[in-house]
This record gives sequence, C-alpha cells and structure tokens, in this order.
Amino acid sequence: MPRSSRSVPAHTGHGKTLRRRGRTRDAVNSSLVSDPINISGSDVDQAVDAALTDIAAAADSAALRAARNAHVGEASALAKLNAGLRTVPKDQKAAAGKLVGQARARVNQALAAREAEIAEAEAAAQLAAEAIDVTALPTRWTPGARHPLLTLEERIVDIFVGMGWEQGEGPELESEWFNFDALNFDADHPARAMQDTFFIDPPESHLVLRTHTSPVQIRSLLASELPVYRISPGRVYRTDELDATHTPVFRQVEGIAVDRGLTMAHLRGTLEHFARAMFGEEARIRLRPNYFPFTEPSAEMDVWHPGAKGGPRWIEWGGCGMVNLNVLKSAGIDPDEYTGFAFGMGVERTLMFRNDLSDMRDMVEGDIRFSQQFGMVV
Amino acid sequence: MRIPISWLGEYVELPGDVTAEDIHAALVRVGLEEEDVHRFEVTGPVVVGQVLEATPEPQNNGKTINWCQVRVAPEGQLAADGGADVRGIVCGAHNFTVGDKVVVTLPGAVLPGPFPIAARKTYGHVSDGMIASTKELGLGDDHAGILVLSSIGLDPEVGTDAVRLLHLDDEAVEVNVTPDRGYAFSIRGIAREYSHSTGAAFTDPVERVAADLSAARPSGFSVTVEDEAPIRGRVGCGVFVTRTVRGIDATRPTPPWMVARLKLAGIRSISLAVDITNYVMLELGQPIHGYDLDRLTGGITVRRARPGETLVTLDDQTRTLDPEDLLITDGSGAIGLAGVMGGAATEISSGTTNVLIESANFDPVSIARTARRHKLPSEASKRFERGVDPAVASAAAARVVQLLVEHAGGTADELGSVLDESEPPAAIALPADYVTRLIGVDFSADEVRGTLAAVGASVESTGAGFSVTPPTWRPDLIDAASLAEEVARIVGYDRIPSVLPVAPPGRGITREQRLRRKAADALAAVGAVEVLSYPFLSGIANDTFGSPTEDAVPAVRLANPLDVEAPFLRTSMLPGLIDVARRNLSRGFTDLSLFEIGLVFRPEPGVTYGHATDLPQGGALPSDETLALLNAGIPPQPRHVGVLVTGNTVAKQPGQTALPAGVADALTAVHQLAASVGAEVRVIQGRHKALHPGRTAELVVDTPTGAVPIGFAGELLPALARELDLPRVVGVAEVDLDALLEHARREVVVSPIVSMPAATQDLSLVVPVDVPAAEVLATIIEGAGELLEQARLVDDYRGTGVAEGEKSLTFALRFRAADRTLTAAEATEAKNGAVALAATRFGATLRD
Repeated sequence: MPRSSRSVPAHTGHGKTLRRRGRTRDAVNSSLVSDPINISGSDVDQAVDAALTDIAAAADSAALRAARNAHVGEASALAKLNAGLRTVPKDQKAAAGKLVGQARARVNQALAAREAEIAEAEAAAQLAAEAIDVTALPTRWTPGARHPLLTLEERIVDIFVGMGWEQGEGPELESEWFNFDALNFDADHPARAMQDTFFIDPPESHLVLRTHTSPVQIRSLLASELPVYRISPGRVYRTDELDATHTPVFRQVEGIAVDRGLTMAHLRGTLEHFARAMFGEEARIRLRPNYFPFTEPSAEMDVWHPGAKGGPRWIEWGGCGMVNLNVLKSAGIDPDEYTGFAFGMGVERTLMFRNDLSDMRDMVEGDIRFSQQFGMVV
Repeated sequence: MRIPISWLGEYVELPGDVTAEDIHAALVRVGLEEEDVHRFEVTGPVVVGQVLEATPEPQNNGKTINWCQVRVAPEGQLAADGGADVRGIVCGAHNFTVGDKVVVTLPGAVLPGPFPIAARKTYGHVSDGMIASTKELGLGDDHAGILVLSSIGLDPEVGTDAVRLLHLDDEAVEVNVTPDRGYAFSIRGIAREYSHSTGAAFTDPVERVAADLSAARPSGFSVTVEDEAPIRGRVGCGVFVTRTVRGIDATRPTPPWMVARLKLAGIRSISLAVDITNYVMLELGQPIHGYDLDRLTGGITVRRARPGETLVTLDDQTRTLDPEDLLITDGSGAIGLAGVMGGAATEISSGTTNVLIESANFDPVSIARTARRHKLPSEASKRFERGVDPAVASAAAARVVQLLVEHAGGTADELGSVLDESEPPAAIALPADYVTRLIGVDFSADEVRGTLAAVGASVESTGAGFSVTPPTWRPDLIDAASLAEEVARIVGYDRIPSVLPVAPPGRGITREQRLRRKAADALAAVGAVEVLSYPFLSGIANDTFGSPTEDAVPAVRLANPLDVEAPFLRTSMLPGLIDVARRNLSRGFTDLSLFEIGLVFRPEPGVTYGHATDLPQGGALPSDETLALLNAGIPPQPRHVGVLVTGNTVAKQPGQTALPAGVADALTAVHQLAASVGAEVRVIQGRHKALHPGRTAELVVDTPTGAVPIGFAGELLPALARELDLPRVVGVAEVDLDALLEHARREVVVSPIVSMPAATQDLSLVVPVDVPAAEVLATIIEGAGELLEQARLVDDYRGTGVAEGEKSLTFALRFRAADRTLTAAEATEAKNGAVALAATRFGATLRD
C-alpha cells in the first residue's frame, strides 16, 4: 500500500493537471494582462493545480502527508512563490500577495478536507478490521447465586419493614428458659416432649438448639420499649432425620406484635396483608382452632394460594394466635394493659409451595444447581 | 384419636348418610385436625358358610390340606355371588370340624391388602372361594387357623352377610388431638365436640350408668393414698374408685362389635376383661385397670416408690423404680406403676373369676415423668398426662361392671371404694368485654354466656361480667384468654374480621442486618454460590479447622446427636463447605466457588456454660440478675463467612486461557466482602495447620487500637485435600463477620476532590525475596509523604539482572498536590523519600 500510494499521484495527477490547466488559463491570462509582474499567475495556477491533483489522489494519510510536503512544504512551488513576494516591486506587492495567499488557502483547504475524508475512511476501516464474533467472547465473570431461602427471608422482612416492623434476632444455641419456660411450655407438659429437641451435653446445662424462632419473641419483648412489632427469621433445629419433607435444620420466620388494643382481627389483617404481598391480591387467610402453649387463642393458618400449581387451593402455612398471658408476664408485661399476637411459618415450606418444589433435600444439600436456578432473586 | 363412626353415633346424632369426610370437616372446625380414615377394606360377597365335608389330603410338600364342601347359601338358593349354594374350597387350616360355621369369602370379594378372591386351581382342585381367618379379615393377628364363628359366640344362618355380622362395614375417622385437650381422647369428648360444631344432639355416655351410680356406694375395700413426696406440691392421686365383679368367665369371647370397634380404634383384642377395660377407656377417656381380686393381698395403698424397689410389669420386664414413681401397692408390695402399667403378679388371666376394677385419677406431671423415665408411653399415660376428668371415675367403673356382667357372666358385688379428694374447678372472672377485646368480634353477652354454657361451664353474671366455672373435663380452661378462645372456637374463627394494625414508624433493618445482606450479595456478585450446610461436625473436623494453631478449641457437644459421628456444633464454616464441595464434585461440577454465612459455636476455653440450677418458672419476669445469668450461660455464637474455591475461576474459552482457582480467589472474595461492608482487610503472611504453609494469609483489620484478627485465607494442605478426595488446590477463607462489621467504618470521611494535575512515576526497588510486598508498599507510602496519592504494585520480577535471593518490585506511583501543579522535581523528591526509607528498612536499592 504505502509504495503504490506514493507512486500513484505522480502518474494520474499528470493528466488531470493538463486538463485543469486548460480550464484555468483564461483567468490567469487576464490577470497577466493587467499585472505584468514577476510572479506570474500561471505559475501560481500551475502550482495550485498540481497540489489539488495530488491531494485529491492521496488515498491514505501517508500519501496525504507526502502531498502536503510536496505542495506546502518549504521546498514546494507555492513556498517558493511566497518567498518570492519579497522581490516583487512595491506597487505590485499587494496584488501578488493576494494571488499567492489565495492559492495557499485553496491548497490548505483541500488538504484539510482530504485529511478529514481519509481519517473517516481509515476509522471505518479500523472498525471493520476489529469486528469479532460477539457470540463467542470469553466470559470472565461467572454469575454466582444467593440461597433462595435467605432471599425469601429478606423479602418477607421487607414486607413487614414496609409496615413499620423491625427485624429481630436471637441465638440458635439457646437457654431452655427462652425456648420453653418463658413461652409457657411447662417442664412436664407433653408439648415440651413433642418438640423433638436437640439438647446440649450435659442436659443439666439447660441449653438446647432452639426448636423454633419463638424465643426471639421473648428477647424482643425484653429488649425493647413497647409497642413491639417484630419479624424474626432464622434457623431452627428438631431431631428429624432428613427426608423429602423433613430436615433437622430448617428455617422459620416469626412475627410478634404487642401493643394496646391488639385483637385477633389485627392478627388476621396482618397475615392477610402478608399473604397478598407474597402470593398476589387474591390470597386469603383461613384460621382453624389449634393449640400452642405460647398463644391463646391459637390457630392454624391456611393460605389461599391463587398461583398454586394445579390450581388455586388452601395450603397449610403456619401457626398463630394471641400471645399467651404467661408469655407477656414472662417478659414483665401487664396483660391487662397490653395484648399481642404472634405467628410463625416454615420458610422451606413457603418456598416449596411458592415455587412448586417437592423435595426438601434439594434445599439443604448445597447442589449449586439449586441456588443457581434462583440466581440473585427469589 | 380414632373414632369408629358407629360408636360416635351412639352419643351424638349423626345424619343417616354421614361420611367420614363430613365428620372430619365438622371436627376440624373446632380444632380437631383431620389425620386419616380407617376401614377394614373388606368388600364383596363374604358370607357365613357351614362345612359339610372336609377331606384331609396329604401333599408332596408335607402339608395336609382339607378339601371341603361348604354350604354358602340356604339349600336351593343362589349364593351372594350368584353361584351355587355349595362350594368346593381348599383350606389349609385344621382347627374346625364338619358342621362348623365359618366365614367364606366368595369369588369377587376383596380382603385387605388388597387381596382379591377368585376361583383358582390349587392342590389339584378348583377352590371356589376361601375360608377366612381373623387376620385375613383384618380383625386380629390370629392366623393359627380359620375363624370358627361358634368360638366368638355366634351361630348365624348360612348365607348371612359376614361383613355386617362382624361389623366390618364400620369405619373410623382419625383426628389429631392437641396436648391441651385430653378430654378429646374419648368418644365422649369427640361426640361433644361434634355437637359443638354441628349443633347435633349429644347424649353423655355417663347417663348409661346413671341408675347404677344412684344406687348404694361401693364400700368395704380399703384404699389409702400416702403420698409423702408430692411432685411440685401436687398429691399424686386425687380419685381412686374400686368396684368388684365376681364369678366371671374370663375365657368368653369378646363380642364381635367390640372387637371391630377396638380394632378400628387401633387397639388389638386381647381377652374379654382386658377388652372391656380398653373399651371403657376409649368411650369415657378414663384409663381402667383390672386386678385378679384373688391375687391381691389386702387393701390398696397408693404411694411413691422406695429407693431400689422393683416391679415386674405386665410386659414381664423387671423395672427398677425411682422414688418419684407413683405406685399401686398391696400387702405384697408394688403391684402397679400408677397410671402407666400394671404389675404381672395381679393381672387378670384366663383363670380369673373375681375382678377388682380400678378407676383412678393421677397427677399429670407424676404420670408424665414416670412414663418418660421408664419409656412406657401407654394409652393410659397419654390420657393422664393430658388430664382426665376426675368426675368420670365412678361412671367408668360402673360401665366396666355393666359390661362384665353383660358379657362375662359376672355378678356385681358391693365390695369397693370411693376415694375422691379432687379439687373442683376454680371459677374464672371474665370481664364483660374481654372476649370482644381479645378476639375483635363484637360478641353479645348472650353469645358469650351461651357458648360457654354449651361447652359445659356454669356461667354466672357478676357486676363486671361473668364468673365462669369450667366443667371438670376441661383442665385447659384456666384463665380469661382460654375462655375467649373457647367462645371464638365454637362460634367459628371465620367471624373474625381482617384489620391491619398500624405499627409506629419503624427504623428499617439495622446496620448489621443491612450489611449482612450486602456481604452475601457481594460474594454472590463475584461468582460465589451461597449454600446452607448443617452445623453438626465430628471432633476431628472441629479440631482441624477451629483454630490455626495446634491447640484445639473447645466445642459444644449435643447430648442427642442424630449422627454419633458428628456430635459437635461447628467452630468453623469450612468443614460444611468442604462437604458441600465434595457432593458437587461427585455430581460432576469441578469448578466451584461456594460461600456460607452462618453462626459458629465458640465456647471460651475454661468456661462452663449453662444454667446449673433449676430454671426460673415461666409466667413471671426473672430478676435482672437471673436474666444476666441465663444469657451468660449461652456460649458465644459469632457469625462467620466461609468461602471455598476450586477448579477454574475462569474457564478456557476462545481467546482466554483457564484461570485456576486458588488463594488469590479466596482473598479476592475477602476483599470484596470487606468492601461491601465498608471495611478494609489487611493481609499478612500467616500460618494455619490445615493450610498450605507457604500460601496462608492472616487477615486483620487495622483499628486505632491496633490490628484485630478477623480470619484467614489460604489453600488447603495438599495432603489434607487428598485425604478429603478434593482437588490438590482448594482455596478457602473464613472471616468473623461480626468482628468485621464491628470494625468497619461507621461513617465516611469525605476528602475534597482535587482537580490539580497528577504526576505519575514508576519505582522499581530490589529487596530480599522474603520481604513481603505489602510491607514495602506500606513503607513507600510512609516515606513518600503527603504528595503521594496512590501507590500500586505492578510487577514482581526475579531473574536475569536481579541477584539470586532478591526480587525487583515495581510500583506505579501517582502524586498530586491540592493547591498547585506538581513539578517533576517535587514528585521525584517525594519518591526519593520513599526509596530512602525502603533502603533503611529492607536494604532496598533502586533498580536501573
């Protein structure tokens, strides 16, 4: 390329120069008639024609650079004419200066225009040369994933935070007092034996792995000024062997509200709002009588899941009720002044019916395919 | 609790076409959750047949079968399956003779299994049906021979429908009874609840023995209660009723209807007398014990066991008793574990003729502890633990007498006793608006009064509301809230409206909660997959990863682990991640980047945790001191982050070579984690016994009071990786997230953005190879002074031009002044300051 582009202007430029010379001669002649000076119009004309021819012929920036050197460089005809102005008689100086100046301006203008054209063409050529197959580019960042149980918990917390609630938490290795006694589980009551508790060695230490998130109720009530509206997700433990529907380590989310004048209607209202936020505007809550030591009245709650696989239906979601008087008293709250409600549900179970999962083992084994299906969003 | 529908129908009016589903639906409305439906699963032509001929035919296999001709319909009539009135049937049993009436399942019948009956060729004959045993009919376990109807006192017409005859058409609904409602462990209680739910008329089964109860009180049998060590202040036995029936024939068969009902209720028929005691327990909820009166020595004393005392229980086990165990004793010593299991020496046998019936009420706590201690959960203990109606004892005893007289041929005797020291239920004050205030439904006074009266309470109006005395069978009704629940439950939870409470303005999630989310999101954003592993570990796993040094850290041990190999709670996140990695590797995933955020359990060395003394009672706020002790007894549970990488972090692709994972990736994750929570982690060359000695980083956070260790990162010792079936290079990191958050900045100190031009220079220093680059960098920053805006290590070169044992570190330096354009000379002067300090500290020289 460089070699041919250098040689091309010399050849092709010649023919063009001849043709243009014929065209421009009249104008130069007319000036010659009126201005018999040393700098002849035809010399200028010739120099300009030669320059314009080479500039037009320059195919790349190197050729253009050569043309620039040849026609406006120090050794160029125009430069010499310009230098010759000094010798022009005073009375002709202005006209000759104008003539040369105009010629130089024309050449410089042509240079600039051609330079822009070449730059554009070269940029386009570079872009064309840089084209790659964007469907086969290397990925340097493999996407990771959050565990859907935890992002689901965050979503649940956000729903309640939107209602002004706050997030509570407590230890997983817990004192029996917080896990049972304070929650109205009498030491000898069958309900306590039904909890399938992991006890810490030695058992006389009265330490357990919490069997539910309910001890956070007591911790929230003890730690905060009333009223308390608290949502507490977390890990809990029961001595169940792992199978499709059981896991010894699972997660619950627990809500408690203690305030003046709270009723079971507020419990239903809260659960219904929660259900709609989770499962859509058609979701509803059904309460059925049940028993839990830490609530009285107690209820089992079913949710009407409009998006359930196989059609809308009632699904058992969790337990709830009005906070038992003994629980309030355990936290030093006067039950004549305050009432409260509480509820709890399994996060695994919620994820299972929300996303139509059938095997709990997928959630606990850590197979990366499970979390990756959810990515960053549950 | 399983409730045979025919039995329920004796005490509450059921619609003629009622189904098990209807009953479940009615019971669930009042809080008795549906569990199951139980049926005999016997259908089709099953009839009474009479054996006309039985020809024994020895077989090659050593067995002898009977080739029988059996009449299955009155002569000349078609059988129930439309076939002949006499059938040839092969029968393997020998406990019958010609003339016996038996149960014949004809072709088309289906027995439990399901086991369809068809005419089939066997032992050289076509057996046109089958003669059934009780086991085949689902009635019992007796498979020794076929059921001969005369043995259960029946002599029906040939051709009679045996399904109806044996009550195999009955079915039972099963409901889950919550632990507060012991009374629902009886037909009586369930019938009452069904009535509450549907309004159907209820008849108290106690009324069946009303005439007997109004007759003279039994007397003459000595019963004393000598409880010298009541548990939690409660005497172990409050009611003890005895009755006597003489002259029974203990060998008589149990009537088929009773066998069928017991079977549906989940109780095997044993013998007539035992069946009757079980029957009455199911009907009235009162556990009954029967003694062979002639094997008793004198009267009965109820007392606590003496240290070392033993008892052989009904199951022939010798049990060493605890001084808390409540015993039934006679002149010979212990004859029963009260309310849990009787003794072998005085039990009713086939030779028993005179029976003493015990119908007593024991303290729930005492029974619960004994049943748990001896691992003897029984139908009786289950009921006592949950509370038995103390007022039903006499009626239950009378009902047993009634059934023994009727079916065992005995005579009621006036010998007996009535001891009743039970406390009547206490009245509960119920303020007039309380139920409305708690439930949020505008209940009228009549509704409250009427509902409570319907459940058996006596309700009196007082100035402030009501005084409510619960019925004797409802020990769960103890306060106003429980009465409110009762009203709401019976009226129906459906009436509760939906009202959204307005919480006071909240402050959102806490800083720590927010930063934990950011940390997890940040790790996932750099490619790590979040997992949740179980925190149960072996001692070795904890010892290996719980501490960087050879000293093992203490760990919390479970008293009842699921896996005896993993009885400890984790002190480190890494073993769980390693497990997860192994599982994924075994499933073919070789490029892994995993993380987990969770609690580790880190007791301090030398500290004894727990609450050694008895826990404070619930229902009262413990003192601040007690609460502090309870909390101090809980081991620290910091939240840690674990990271594990192996395989490639970037896979081989067009124009991209694979980037193998290692300690660099673990550290990248750590820095990402730190940045996400506003902290800066400094890396120090370190040591950890489970990690590659040359590739271990100790992680610290610099604070005004010094460097705080927050974790480590590195590559697993290759030998350990091999032992764990892991690839040779596994990068790991573990960070104490709580500590990181504690030392992360709380607020950002913002510097003004300077727009003066920067001057950049490169600096190459030659230092001994064992000088950590981070220290050289820190020295450069220190030596260059304030004009240095940023310094970054860009190269570590060893080889030609650099002497053995040395390395050339190249840093890119950027200088900037706040108030002027720096001259090259000023930048060079600052750089020279850095060089000079590095020269002093490490003998560093400028590389030309």
